[in-house]
Amino acid sequence: MIKVENLHKSFGDVNVLKGIDTQFIRGKTNLVIGQSGSGKTVFLKCLLGLFEPTKGDIYFDDKTYRDFSVKQRRELRKQMGMVFQGGALFDSMTVEENIKFPLRMFTKQSQAEMQNRVEEVLDRVNLDGANQKFPAEISGGMQKRVSIARAIVNKPKFLFCDEPNSGLDPRTATVIDNLIQEITKENQITTIINTHDMNSVFEIGEKIIYLQDGILAWEGTKDEIHKTDNKAVTDFVYSSNLFRKVKIAQQKGY
Amino acid sequence: MSYIESIGQYFIMFRDLFKKMTKASQLKRLILQEIHVLMTKSLGIVIFISFFIGAVITIQTALNLSNPLIPKSLIGYAARQSIILEFSPTFISVIMAGKVGSYITSSIGTMRVTEQIDALEVMGINSLNYLVFPKIIAMLFYPFMIGISMFIGIFGAYMAATIGGFLSSSEFLTGLQEDFIPFHIIYAFIKTFIFAIILATIPSYHGYYMKGGALEVGRASTTSFVWTSVVIIVSNYVITQLLLS
Repeated sequence: MIKVENLHKSFGDVNVLKGIDTQFIRGKTNLVIGQSGSGKTVFLKCLLGLFEPTKGDIYFDDKTYRDFSVKQRRELRKQMGMVFQGGALFDSMTVEENIKFPLRMFTKQSQAEMQNRVEEVLDRVNLDGANQKFPAEISGGMQKRVSIARAIVNKPKFLFCDEPNSGLDPRTATVIDNLIQEITKENQITTIINTHDMNSVFEIGEKIIYLQDGILAWEGTKDEIHKTDNKAVTDFVYSSNLFRKVKIAQQKGY
Repeated sequence: MSYIESIGQYFIMFRDLFKKMTKASQLKRLILQEIHVLMTKSLGIVIFISFFIGAVITIQTALNLSNPLIPKSLIGYAARQSIILEFSPTFISVIMAGKVGSYITSSIGTMRVTEQIDALEVMGINSLNYLVFPKIIAMLFYPFMIGISMFIGIFGAYMAATIGGFLSSSEFLTGLQEDFIPFHIIYAFIKTFIFAIILATIPSYHGYYMKGGALEVGRASTTSFVWTSVVIIVSNYVITQLLLS
């Protein structure tokens, strides 16, 4: 579980996050949504420890990040997995080497053990046989899967995803969403996903927080987001013609 | 002001470089990889340039020595001095600023743009140590390359002198051994060592701290080449002033 208390982050005179309080539940897919510039990425980077909060606290399993020693922070990072928007795969390494990388860096596993684990996660993300390919040789959807495989290979307790299905076709995007949700449940991970994609919101949003100008403007589930009367949220969610028409049809009883 | 900030940031980079070392077994692998990419792959161009520049130095010296009172062996002496004191350590380093320096900046810069450096940081890896430290260690082999360049340069000079008929083999070898000061070799390697550190760190700095996209990677590579060359030339002057004057 991750708990955020009164989180502020400023860059010079610009206040990006203005006091966020929330908590993210273990074993569930937690979604952070909001318009561009609402502070989603800064929020995620604060959770990842890439940005030091200006004020406020972040608790990882009831321990505040602020009080962690350098060594403890390093240990915590090893329990985190991250799926980047563009995949962020190391392009000088093959798929297999990319996935093996965290194991090589942080474990004392033998080559055979590492190989078994790589095969296991590749199988889990349905990428058998792609071991020796380089990131440039595989599709965007496959790159995302490799990125997920690399993020989970070390069995992390916390999984962060920054727009995991951006740039993917709707079908592949749904596959990636479902994959993340399944992995979250199987391994009881605390998963936080930054997204713009309304399909993801309605598909896997077990907990959703909506950020607006650095403030938490709404939080709830995918069922509650349909019923909310928060104008900012409805404007954002139904900004797409398709979703707006679906809602109108539902209201008319179709 | 931004120049002062950049210089400060450059030295802070040195401090952060050693903050958290990468796992030894991985570091060994990375260092060997960098030696291959930065040194071995540059050897061909260094040998090629050294041979022909050595030859040209000989031809030009020979053509400009028209006074019959000046012994022809002076051509060998001039070739040796030019190659050991300046051509191999400094001229090759400026070329390497273009070849190795651009490669370092663009490879690290691309990693920055594609969030690969963020990925390393998120995993709890000191990305500076992981990316830059192996390059510095690999560049410590640079003096060996300059040693090869000196040898090939002098060989090129010898070939041009004898094949071109400017002087005999024995005259060249006599000139080559004339007034030899061993400290000149030490001086050349001291500056080569300093240039190696410059060649590894300035391009790394420009790649690591770059902001923007693909276009900025190109700009960073150009800026890195300019600054690396400038720092090499200025430090060459300072070192020469300190050690030889």
